[in-house]
Amino acid sequence: MRQVTHCRLNTSILCLGLIILLAFSTSLSAQEGDPAKGKTLFNANCAACHQLDKKMTGPALRNIEERIANDAGLGREWIYDWVHNSAGVIKSGDAYANKIYNENGQTAMTAFPQLSNADIDDILAYTAQEKPAPAVAQTTATTTTQKTDGSSISNNIILGALAILFLLLASGLYLVNKTLRRFAAAKDIELPETQRTPLWKAFAQNQFLVLVTVIFLMLASAYYVYGYMMQIGVDQGYQPVQPIHFSHKIHAGDNGIDCKYCHSSARVSKTSGIPSLNVCMNCHKSIYEYKGETSLEYTKEFYDGEIKKLYAAAGWDDAQQKYTGESQPVKWVRIHNLPDFVYFNHSQHVTVAGVECQTCHGPVQEMEVVSQFAPLTMGWCINCHRTTNVNMKDNGYYKKIHEELSKKYGVEELTEAQMGGLECGKCHY
Amino acid sequence: MSSNKKYWKSVEELNENSSIVEALKQNEFVEEIPTDEFLGNKDLGASSTTRRDFLKYVGFSTAAATLAACEGPVIKSIPYVVQPEEIIPGVANYYATTIADGYDFASVLVKTREGRPIKIQRNTLAKANGGANARVNASVLGLYDSLRVQSPRKEGSPISWEELDADVIQKLNSLKDSGKDVVLLTQTFASPSTSRLIAEFKEKYGNVRHVVYDAVSESATLDAYQAKYGERALPNYDFSKAETIVSIGADFLGNWQGGGFDSGYSKSRVPQNGKMSRHIQFESNMSLTGANADKRVPLTPSEQKMALAKLYSYVVGGSVSGSLPEAIDEAVKKAASQLKRAGSKGVVVTGIQDVNAQTVVLEINDYLNSQVFDKSTPIKSRQGSDKAVMDLISDMKAGKIGAIIMSGVNPIYTLPNASDFAEGLKNTELSVAFSMKEDETSSETQYIAAAPHYLESWGDAEIKKGHYSLTQPTIRPLFNTRQFQEALLKWTGNDMSYHDYIKDTWGTGILNGSSFNQALHDGVFVGAIATETEDTTAAIENAEMPSGDAARALAASVKPSALELTLYTKIGMGDGQQANNPWLQEFPDPITRTSWDNYLTVSKFDADALDLVNTHVSNGALNGSYANVTVNGTTLKVPVIIQPGQAKGSVGLALGYGRTAKGIKDEMKTGVNAYKLYQNFNPIQDVTVELASGEHEFACIQLQNTMAGRADIIKETTLEIFNTKDKEHWNEKEGVSYDHQEIPTSDKNADIWVGYDTSIGHHFNLSIDLNACTGCGACVIACHSENNVPVVGKREVRKFRDMHWLRIDRYYSSNDTFKEEQEDLENLGAFEPYSKVERQSYENPEVAFQPVMCQHCNHAPCETVCPVAATSHGRQGQNHMAYNRCVGTRYCANNCPYKVRRFNWFLYNENDEFDYYMNDDLGRMVLNPDVVVRSRGVMEKCSMCIQMTQKTILDAKRDGREVKDGEFQTACSAACNNGAMVFGDVNNKDSKIVEMVQDDRMYHLLESVGTKPNVMYQVKVKNTTES
Repeated sequence: MRQVTHCRLNTSILCLGLIILLAFSTSLSAQEGDPAKGKTLFNANCAACHQLDKKMTGPALRNIEERIANDAGLGREWIYDWVHNSAGVIKSGDAYANKIYNENGQTAMTAFPQLSNADIDDILAYTAQEKPAPAVAQTTATTTTQKTDGSSISNNIILGALAILFLLLASGLYLVNKTLRRFAAAKDIELPETQRTPLWKAFAQNQFLVLVTVIFLMLASAYYVYGYMMQIGVDQGYQPVQPIHFSHKIHAGDNGIDCKYCHSSARVSKTSGIPSLNVCMNCHKSIYEYKGETSLEYTKEFYDGEIKKLYAAAGWDDAQQKYTGESQPVKWVRIHNLPDFVYFNHSQHVTVAGVECQTCHGPVQEMEVVSQFAPLTMGWCINCHRTTNVNMKDNGYYKKIHEELSKKYGVEELTEAQMGGLECGKCHY
Repeated sequence: MSSNKKYWKSVEELNENSSIVEALKQNEFVEEIPTDEFLGNKDLGASSTTRRDFLKYVGFSTAAATLAACEGPVIKSIPYVVQPEEIIPGVANYYATTIADGYDFASVLVKTREGRPIKIQRNTLAKANGGANARVNASVLGLYDSLRVQSPRKEGSPISWEELDADVIQKLNSLKDSGKDVVLLTQTFASPSTSRLIAEFKEKYGNVRHVVYDAVSESATLDAYQAKYGERALPNYDFSKAETIVSIGADFLGNWQGGGFDSGYSKSRVPQNGKMSRHIQFESNMSLTGANADKRVPLTPSEQKMALAKLYSYVVGGSVSGSLPEAIDEAVKKAASQLKRAGSKGVVVTGIQDVNAQTVVLEINDYLNSQVFDKSTPIKSRQGSDKAVMDLISDMKAGKIGAIIMSGVNPIYTLPNASDFAEGLKNTELSVAFSMKEDETSSETQYIAAAPHYLESWGDAEIKKGHYSLTQPTIRPLFNTRQFQEALLKWTGNDMSYHDYIKDTWGTGILNGSSFNQALHDGVFVGAIATETEDTTAAIENAEMPSGDAARALAASVKPSALELTLYTKIGMGDGQQANNPWLQEFPDPITRTSWDNYLTVSKFDADALDLVNTHVSNGALNGSYANVTVNGTTLKVPVIIQPGQAKGSVGLALGYGRTAKGIKDEMKTGVNAYKLYQNFNPIQDVTVELASGEHEFACIQLQNTMAGRADIIKETTLEIFNTKDKEHWNEKEGVSYDHQEIPTSDKNADIWVGYDTSIGHHFNLSIDLNACTGCGACVIACHSENNVPVVGKREVRKFRDMHWLRIDRYYSSNDTFKEEQEDLENLGAFEPYSKVERQSYENPEVAFQPVMCQHCNHAPCETVCPVAATSHGRQGQNHMAYNRCVGTRYCANNCPYKVRRFNWFLYNENDEFDYYMNDDLGRMVLNPDVVVRSRGVMEKCSMCIQMTQKTILDAKRDGREVKDGEFQTACSAACNNGAMVFGDVNNKDSKIVEMVQDDRMYHLLESVGTKPNVMYQVKVKNTTES
């Protein structure tokens, strides 16, 4: 999140690394930096415009020092100057600096006077690292599956064992019965032939019992039918496939981006707003590939493909690093649908009441594919209004009302219901 | 009882034997449910479908429908690719702009949601530019008119702007040396930038003539003003300063001189410190202004002229020849003496389109040194010249005109001699019409230059001298349109956009160093220096008219005739350019309460003489005879309405109806085109009227909702009684009987209700001052657009199924005369005609207007009868209506004493049977997304704009502050230009509404019913003091 913000602040940076003068990587003057520290500095300062292996706003920086040395024969001193004040270097008429400037669309790199030479050394050390081989990691997913399989198997075994036990018992009893009868026959004991009415007949003859049972069955079926009917139009758990597989888990969960960073209108408007594509592109201009955890289903290629879809929609040419102007709005499938006849205002709940998004939308930060968490029924709304205390602290609007109402109800904390939040017209107009 | 008046809403009510009135008193819903219609169907027995089969089908289809309903639809949401910074979905943006369509000029505020303009409001920063009337409020719908011209056309087929430009420029260049004129025939723009642009256009092409044409001409007034003050403008009046107003035929609360005088008028009408203005109206038609007058004198148009001349002689001196009927002469004398007494606080205005008459008025006002007459800010919104238009037509016929380029005009519809114009048009080598519509004129021209709506355009206007305003686009043009000014810029070879051009004009001539952006933000700018406007008229000959001559000339010009026609414009339809607007078509005329029509208003006396009748059919709907109306050989067949208060010997007919163009939906082609009778641009014509065959069905809601004998619905008193007597006398509170004693309704014994505690939080009240309300109906349209009220069409209105949440009831009353009539009636012989005694009521009734919406009763009768609790009470005083809960029993409507609930008999949206704006995607863009569109079978009513109050509360909560007084508004209170409607929170002790609650004039509608409404009225006080 912090990186992202920083990105935006420094959009006009040109190549940090271009900088890097090369010179002789083996030169005596070149101090060896700390690649780990360099990585941190790189991510904090340079990553907005530079990647190691890909040209973005600025050029790719892998082995930049070596490249500069080979191309122009410039050394680390030149890189220091460039990083500290690229505009100055360009102005001074330095041929190589001007070449870089023109190659990168005449976007001057932001000056970084705060970076010491040692810092730059660290960054250069980081850029000089070899590209790591792509890791093969799929073990985690498999283990998880096995684990779940295992637990269900053990359950089945227990159940099976129990069933066998019961079968054994039943057959045991049958055998005992049979043996006893045989003994009785052998000893000529006459077993009394009782003419017992079968159970069902006895039941059918008992009118009271029939009546009670019928009533019970009717009530039970009514209960279930009612329950089923009440689910009509309730789309809890609705999890449609979206045109772009946007993972809230990666954005809000793994990367900890605040919900309202993208859904900013939730603060001020009735709708939370689906972020427009320019909001996506704020970050995805520089985030062109997925580097996080993957699974069997959601591979890196899959995620990268989804980012490509975003680029196509926003009309971003990743190779040229510019917009083509041919955009294609994304037709998201709406998950949370309130009917027309109910008015809901996000800002009332988010800004005024301070309700967490997750209260109604569930743990979105854990959802790979978002589904409707709450039933969004009126009963559900009302329940919350009945039980939730209104956040009146430090809000000038509530001062007078709070005083009067708390006197009236004799309580310090007031629920939304006590504020009049159950009235029909507050939501239906 | 505040007075002994009898109130009546329709002529029919005066007929004591009318079974209709009796029936309507008893029935809430005028029509019986037509059970006989289908139960009496004999064919049913022959059907092969048995009852059992029918039930099977019903069962199966119910089950199928239930199953089908289990699957919800997939709803897509499409966000912006790049979201504009200023747009937040769900939050409204407001832009100040200006409407200047040639008929209506007003500074307005446009509410946009997600980039769509959805509502027009008045711009409160614009102090001088009038308010937004009903038409201006409704104008937003014109933007989403599905019949707009979507691209430029040549001979009916679409072309590109480049082709059009090339053709026009080539033609204009070839005409340069031909000796033929190029004519720009336009509406009045009153625009400094357009004037400059036209001057540049003239310079480039040389032989250019600019003719300004106002469909409804004010040319005589302009000529008179120009002769006297040297400036082509209309005199401006600030009626707030008036003590005595004498109007002779001027409907200044309507559309006279562009309208906008009502807010000042209303200020002087509210009694303060025992004083209010006195308004005397001499007129022929019953106008909105006459309806509001303290004293109304009906007289024919020729008598009006004579009365004005006499008034001059009584006020200024001198004598004029000619005579008036004694009663009228007496009234003129009294008016004169009151004017003299008021001195500089008196004012005379007239609507007579005659240079002499207008000169006389200017002279009287000058003589009085009237402060009401504001010479510093004359009105610029009419510039047209009748003579120039007439000359143009004859030149066109003579083939002297090479090219004609029109903008904002529709002469083939609005000219009486339209055929001459059409003929002349054929003689031109180039004809271009800038038009939003394929209208009567543009369909006859070679090119239609598709014009944008004003909400898509740039512009500026100087509505009153020194008061400038700006027009800015509030939406990207919906179609491939270009405004007239942009085209002129192209054709003069100027690469500037009109926006930059305006900036340039303002920067050099108007702003005087002030910020353009600030002016754009405000929408208005008051300048120190006036710009020169282009002189478009030939100099008026004999500019100096010596005093007194005008009056004598006026008196000499009087030619009485048997029957005189006064053409007028309705407050709803205006000059007819918005005829395709269903809101305005369905807007009931304030006086006749008739929608979807124009008609000949005839006095009872003349109607009897001509055998013209109005009848009510069994459900109460109004039918009328047709009459052939002939002016100078032109005959129109017009339906007739018998209008109480219409002067004997005069008839009236509204302009603006009878459109026939392709760009008008068939449903809107209502009425007859009265412009055919508007000969020589004179609204007064000698006319012959005779009965024609047939019977016309009106959509008149006049007889609906009778007062059912409750006489104190509307309370009126006179200033004298108001000043001298206790309020118990003139604002008596009806009590209820308890233990055979009368106790006030506020007594706790009068009440079996468990009250709501409304003392905490907000408690909304709405006050309506009947003195300030002129009945103009801006609130009706504002309510329409704020609350997605459907349009139901003429057929349904006729069945009293109109959906207006807010109606303005119009009551006629007959004062003292009524008592006499009753006495006469008692002494009336058995065989004598009834009409003998009722004449006075017909001749000159008094009129009162009362806006009625849901009264939001604290003890609401509707709430207790709802079987499903769909309507319930809120702690904030509002009576809530949950549409989704309503099952349509209509018990609530039956139990409502105010008859304000409206039932959705049909699905009015996406239904081809109701092909109005809610039936197409474009029209539905105007809907307010915060208010649900109701479906068939549910009851609806005024919600006191709960969406607006909730929004205000939410804004305050977000800011963490208390709500300030004046922040709470409803659509109607915000739309009221006259301050008649005050809305607020009575729990805020410092608010204006608390003052209104405590006012002596405050009363509730049907107090004795004990409903304790949250809407209150202020007793109407009339200044009847004669001097």
